[in-house]
Amino acid sequence: MVKSYFPKTYRQALEILAKSNPAIIAGGTDLMVKKRRWSGLSPGFSEDMIFISQLRELDYIRRENGKIYIGANVTLEKLLHDKDIPEILKKAVASMASPGVRHTATLAGNIANASPAGDTLPVLYILNARIVIGSLERENVIQIEDFILGPGSIDLRRSEIIKEIIIDDTDFDFMMYEKVGGRKSDAISKVSFAAAVSSVFDMVTDMRIAIGAVAPTVVRIREFELQLIDTPVNEMAQISGLVKDLYKPLIKPISDQRSTADYRKMCVLNFIEEFLNKAGKRIGKEKDIDW
Amino acid sequence: MAEIKFVLNNEKVQIDRDPTMRLLDVLRDDFGLIGVKEGCGEGECGACSVLIDSEVASSCIVPLGNVFDKKIVTIEGFKKTDRYKVLHEAYEEEGAVQCGFCIPGMLLASESLLNKNPHPSEDEIRDGLSGNLCRCTGYNMIVRAVQRAAETGEGLW
Ligand SMILES: Cc1cc2nc3c(=O)[nH]c(=O)nc-3n(C[C@H](O)[C@H](O)[C@H](O)COP(=O)(O)OP(=O)(O)OC[C@H]3O[C@@H](n4cnc5c(N)ncnc54)[C@H](O)[C@@H]3O)c2cc1C
Ligand code: FES
Ligand code: FES
Repeated sequence: MVKSYFPKTYRQALEILAKSNPAIIAGGTDLMVKKRRWSGLSPGFSEDMIFISQLRELDYIRRENGKIYIGANVTLEKLLHDKDIPEILKKAVASMASPGVRHTATLAGNIANASPAGDTLPVLYILNARIVIGSLERENVIQIEDFILGPGSIDLRRSEIIKEIIIDDTDFDFMMYEKVGGRKSDAISKVSFAAAVSSVFDMVTDMRIAIGAVAPTVVRIREFELQLIDTPVNEMAQISGLVKDLYKPLIKPISDQRSTADYRKMCVLNFIEEFLNKAGKRIGKEKDIDW
Repeated sequence: MAEIKFVLNNEKVQIDRDPTMRLLDVLRDDFGLIGVKEGCGEGECGACSVLIDSEVASSCIVPLGNVFDKKIVTIEGFKKTDRYKVLHEAYEEEGAVQCGFCIPGMLLASESLLNKNPHPSEDEIRDGLSGNLCRCTGYNMIVRAVQRAAETGEGLW
């Protein structure tokens, strides 16, 4: 029979991880479904497990020096009701599952699960999320795009744990999150899209675009984004053809049915166009009021 | 195996079980609380809803180990409260109960919602109950029942 560990402190958790290399279980909303067997029978865990949801130390949201720190035990529902969490992340979270799942599921679990259809991921990519990895020897900070290696695969050793997630606390001029497709079960027909833009004197200074569920990992291409800097805000709508051409070759949905792949590609391209159109208009308008 | 202590329907309990067991099975098999139903078994239907520290959760995807020191309320415990009476009446008045299979979960999801938000809008009610599927009623009566409970139970939440 597998062993279960219940550390009382984060430090104790690190000691257990270093010594016995158990697998981590947080809310369990992914793991309990994956390991499901018949009713009455324990789920089929084949490894020793370390429970971490009781660690209050990892349940915090802090906003400091232009960054927001989210502890590994923060649940999705808690993100929804916290004043420091950016609206775009709330929008993604609100689209996920239901209250009964969001009350127990964690953000760290959504990241560690590394599903191509993970709904928080595109938003975390554009907020430059960094994953703080703890272990007995050291603490490491790693960019989310380096942490997620492929579907279900992350850069984390058996002696390590996600301690917290750090995101940018940037005041963008315009942000957009859109998702097509419903619950986790229809990952196949799903697309998610997150984008943000900032400008100074009507010139784009920062533009970020991330697309989920159209490739093995979230697509965010910083070279493309750099090319878009210095675009005049009132020309954003005009460049949408160009931007779509940049991203088009990278959208390769894994789908056995051509029609769904084509449909998803079309959705993404439409989102890019909508984003550029809306951003151009919104930013222009706000400037009218301000100046 | 591990000793798991928690509060179940206002009573302290302790049980020596495999902590990866589903809370659903422990509640039904070890405590005989069969108001907790199993529908889908994978978090999609809400039939297995319970309150964990006053918030609705799907007990089929909660491992027993995660309720250490928590307060669990099932429909059997909730039945003894005034809030239950108000919700129960409202559901009856609006004709929101047909076969009844989803109802324990619906009532607990309603309680969890009203506890956080005593005057929810229709959209907020629909979101609050979005994890609870009902094959019979088509939801509109259930939404109206929650609206009615919010009115008749004014001050309780
Ligand atoms: C009905 C239902 C609907 C859902 N809908 C959606 C949806 O719409 N969109 C979506 O994206 N997801 C959805 N999910 C998936 C799921 O809820 C999320 O992925 C959730 O955020 C996982 O968090 P958890 O704490 O429950 O993870 P767990 O199941 O506990 O763990 C998941 C993985 O993360 C690892 N892990 C957890 N915490 C840590 C940590 N601190 N350090 C290192 N590794 C860790 C675990 O080892 C495991 O591999 C749904 C799930 C269900 C059951
Ligand atoms: S049985 Fe738990 S949600 Fe369906
Ligand atoms: S009343 Fe029958 S499932 Fe809801």
